[in-house]
Amino acid sequence: MSATGDTHVQDDHDVHHHKETFVTKYIFSQDHKMIAKQYLITGVIIMGIIGILMSLMIRMQIAWPEQPNVIFESLLGKWAPGGVMDADIYLALVTIHGTIMVFFVLTAGLSGTFSNLLIPLQIGARDMASGFLNMISYWLFFLSCVFMIASFFVEAGPAAAGWTIYPPLSALPLAQGGSGMGMTLWLVSMAIFIASSLLGSLNYIVTVINLRTKGMSMTRLPLTIWAFFVTAIIGVISFPVLLSAALLLIMDRSFGTSFFLSDIFIQGEVLHYQGGSPVLFEHLFWFLGHPEVYIVLLPALGITSEIIATNSRKPIFGYRAMVASILAIAFLSTIVWGHHMFISGMNPFLGSVFTFTTLLIAIPSAVKAFNYITTLWKGNLQMNPAMLFSIGLVSTFITGGLTGIILGDSALDINVHDTYFVVAHFHLVMGISALYGVFAGIYHWFPKMFGRMMNKNLGYLHFWVTAVCAYGVFFPMHFIGMAGLPRRYYTNSNFPLFDDTTNAQLVITMFALVGGVVQIVFLYNFISSIFYGKKAEQNPWKSNTLEWTAPVKHMHGNWPGEIPHVYRWSYDYSKPGHDDDFVPQNVPMKEGEEELHH
Amino acid sequence: MTALLTILIVLFVAVAIWQMVKIFNLAQVGASNSQIADDNDNRINGYLMLGFLVFIYGITIVSFIYLGDQPLISNSASEHGPGLDNLLIISFVVIFIVQIITQFLLHYFAYKYKGEKGKKALFYADNNTLEAIWTGIPVIVLAGLIIYGLFTWNDIMTVDEQKDPMIVELYAQQFNWKARYGGDDNVLGKANVRLIDLDNANILGVDESDPNAQDDVIVTELHLPVGKPILFKMRSQDVLHSAYMPHFRAQMNCVPGMVTQFAFTPTVTTAEMRQNPDIQNKVKNINELRVERQAEIEEAGQDLLYEFDYLLLCNKICGKSHYNMQMKIVVETQEEFDAWIKEQKTFENSLLN
Repeated sequence: MSATGDTHVQDDHDVHHHKETFVTKYIFSQDHKMIAKQYLITGVIIMGIIGILMSLMIRMQIAWPEQPNVIFESLLGKWAPGGVMDADIYLALVTIHGTIMVFFVLTAGLSGTFSNLLIPLQIGARDMASGFLNMISYWLFFLSCVFMIASFFVEAGPAAAGWTIYPPLSALPLAQGGSGMGMTLWLVSMAIFIASSLLGSLNYIVTVINLRTKGMSMTRLPLTIWAFFVTAIIGVISFPVLLSAALLLIMDRSFGTSFFLSDIFIQGEVLHYQGGSPVLFEHLFWFLGHPEVYIVLLPALGITSEIIATNSRKPIFGYRAMVASILAIAFLSTIVWGHHMFISGMNPFLGSVFTFTTLLIAIPSAVKAFNYITTLWKGNLQMNPAMLFSIGLVSTFITGGLTGIILGDSALDINVHDTYFVVAHFHLVMGISALYGVFAGIYHWFPKMFGRMMNKNLGYLHFWVTAVCAYGVFFPMHFIGMAGLPRRYYTNSNFPLFDDTTNAQLVITMFALVGGVVQIVFLYNFISSIFYGKKAEQNPWKSNTLEWTAPVKHMHGNWPGEIPHVYRWSYDYSKPGHDDDFVPQNVPMKEGEEELHH
Repeated sequence: MTALLTILIVLFVAVAIWQMVKIFNLAQVGASNSQIADDNDNRINGYLMLGFLVFIYGITIVSFIYLGDQPLISNSASEHGPGLDNLLIISFVVIFIVQIITQFLLHYFAYKYKGEKGKKALFYADNNTLEAIWTGIPVIVLAGLIIYGLFTWNDIMTVDEQKDPMIVELYAQQFNWKARYGGDDNVLGKANVRLIDLDNANILGVDESDPNAQDDVIVTELHLPVGKPILFKMRSQDVLHSAYMPHFRAQMNCVPGMVTQFAFTPTVTTAEMRQNPDIQNKVKNINELRVERQAEIEEAGQDLLYEFDYLLLCNKICGKSHYNMQMKIVVETQEEFDAWIKEQKTFENSLLN
């Protein structure tokens, strides 16, 4: 059945009017709203739970190294004999935690959910440009999740070379158990993932360019759409490079080529590899890897822009500067990858160049932060949970971003490279910030997705405990890093030099455990609200964007009758001359009303 | 046991959260059941924002008091160290000023402008002057930091061959370090992993026929003469490793298939550093903690009491025992060094046949 059987879509767009079965509606759906929900459940919720559980196990191992733990015993089975975590599985946890959080939760989960949900709804389109490609994109993603999880069940364990899988460690099963079948599955999973991501991104780009409704000029696009659009472009530019790196690595591993390997003597034998260089892999990896940070971050910032404006009842401050800074960040993000490689052995002169470009990125980032703060100024702030997470995002974005000034400086990087300082930095600036973006988006668009409201008090509890724990975990971690403690150490007990950080490690683990447990509150709120939440009104947050002009009940084609036309930008909040403190985009200009600089 | 205890605590916290939720929901009875923030929510969360600002400042201060005394910011032991530390401190001052101000504005505005029914926000969409100011200020500050940083970087990475540095090879393998000295001629013999001959105890693959190699000295403890420029040549035989010497502010990856390098001049001997009051304090502190964990440490077969030593650590994930790949570094006077190296076997004499 069609979602609303009697509505006829009479528009320029395709008429979706075939019979829907359970399978086509819920499983092989081509409807962008359903695909968004599928991404949300698979990418954010399920993979998120797995990724967070791993991080908690990592933290427990660091706080109580080599001690028996019932949790390890029950979750890790043979890799925790007697409940004591094995050193190999520790590295595997670190690796898969990073992979899952960066790629599956914060790339596919975040973009997949919100780009899919919001792009058609906010630009006034019936659906994505290609519903079929969209469906393929999701199912490829699902497949890649299956492969990644499956790697936990192979004999020698999952990939354990770090999420950056630098060869030769990742290329030689002789170097590490996880570099056997586990790494093969990792590479296959990522190759499928990249295919999924490319199909999704192409779809987003085409949809934004071609399917905007009448009046929706690029300069009237909500910042969410700008962010998703630019993110998709960065993805299309950079993900293929990772794919080629992965393919070359597969060849080195299985077909005896020497792209990344040379002069290796391991376990008593000289291997045949000659002439390759691991540094080449690092270049290829980070050519994706650094833009990837912004693929994770920009959608979160876009979501934040929308939520902060709506809940401040004010226009976002400096719309054009915000768009310009998104574009500047996107451009710069592709020429800074070398700051991950200052001490990789590449020419020091290159280090100077990358220091320069890297610190430039601080400028558009600073503009964004100041614009958010100014948007709050003299607002009428509605402290909904989504708003709290957005403010929290700005806070962690600043705290985490500032330490980037240290790490981006090649000279200073010498001494903090690969220490806990780095762990603290990137978790705050891209991990926690992007996660806050996901949470903010879920709280804000839950009514749009499920037609019901989430419980706000649970939302408050969720935010405040999470916010305190996030700082509690990652702020002291900077100092541990400055004490010189390298990351990815299974235990620090072989270095009495670092004994004075053990108490801080314990405190951090406590914060992490509480922060992890409080996510159960969110999970409960999320699931119970889907079924028992208060029924949502059409436009609960009194927002201007087009998705709130669509009926609460989902239908194929999004709007009954004609697609709304757009007459203004999406930020006419508290505009003088209007009775309400919001003016939706589909309200025509009054006579003599001025449109702001568009 | 501690782990079990923690799990219990976590469980209790979970139960407590559960109860709080119940109370929250009970308090809702009678109030409008809308799940949209009302004035009351705005007020409470506004105050919590202020509280959170205090928390951020608080955790900063507490971290500084308990963890701020860091060997990485002071007490460097190399010639380029103090310059690097200065740059770090200046960067930190800038960061903290920005952090304190922006976090204040963010959270204070969130408190000050908390919503009230009937109030209307200011329609304020743009201001080019403001945009120019907060584009311009970061540009100027960053330009300063970039220039300072690049000068420092150049100083560190440029090797002055005029100063006649001592050549030392750092050789990495899963999971240990070796060091090779050029010997009397200060020239390292050619080497390649294909020349490794374990039967002949040629573990680094040094070319046995190379005349420069004969006087090379291979050791498992790195000794450095104080005040002498050292040029490290790094090699790895299997996977990526990273030679990290935090006290000397030095780090460089060891890459199979190529030779990387890093140079520095040690300025403080191990003996002098042990006399440094800051270090003594740190050691005392560490030993107090170690005595508390005596049983555990002795069970692990380690010495109970810690004595300060410079270390070379592996800082690039390299496999199972990555966490224990280290080498002791001893900085000593030239005379002590000369005496020590004289006792070591030359490559020529270390071969079995």
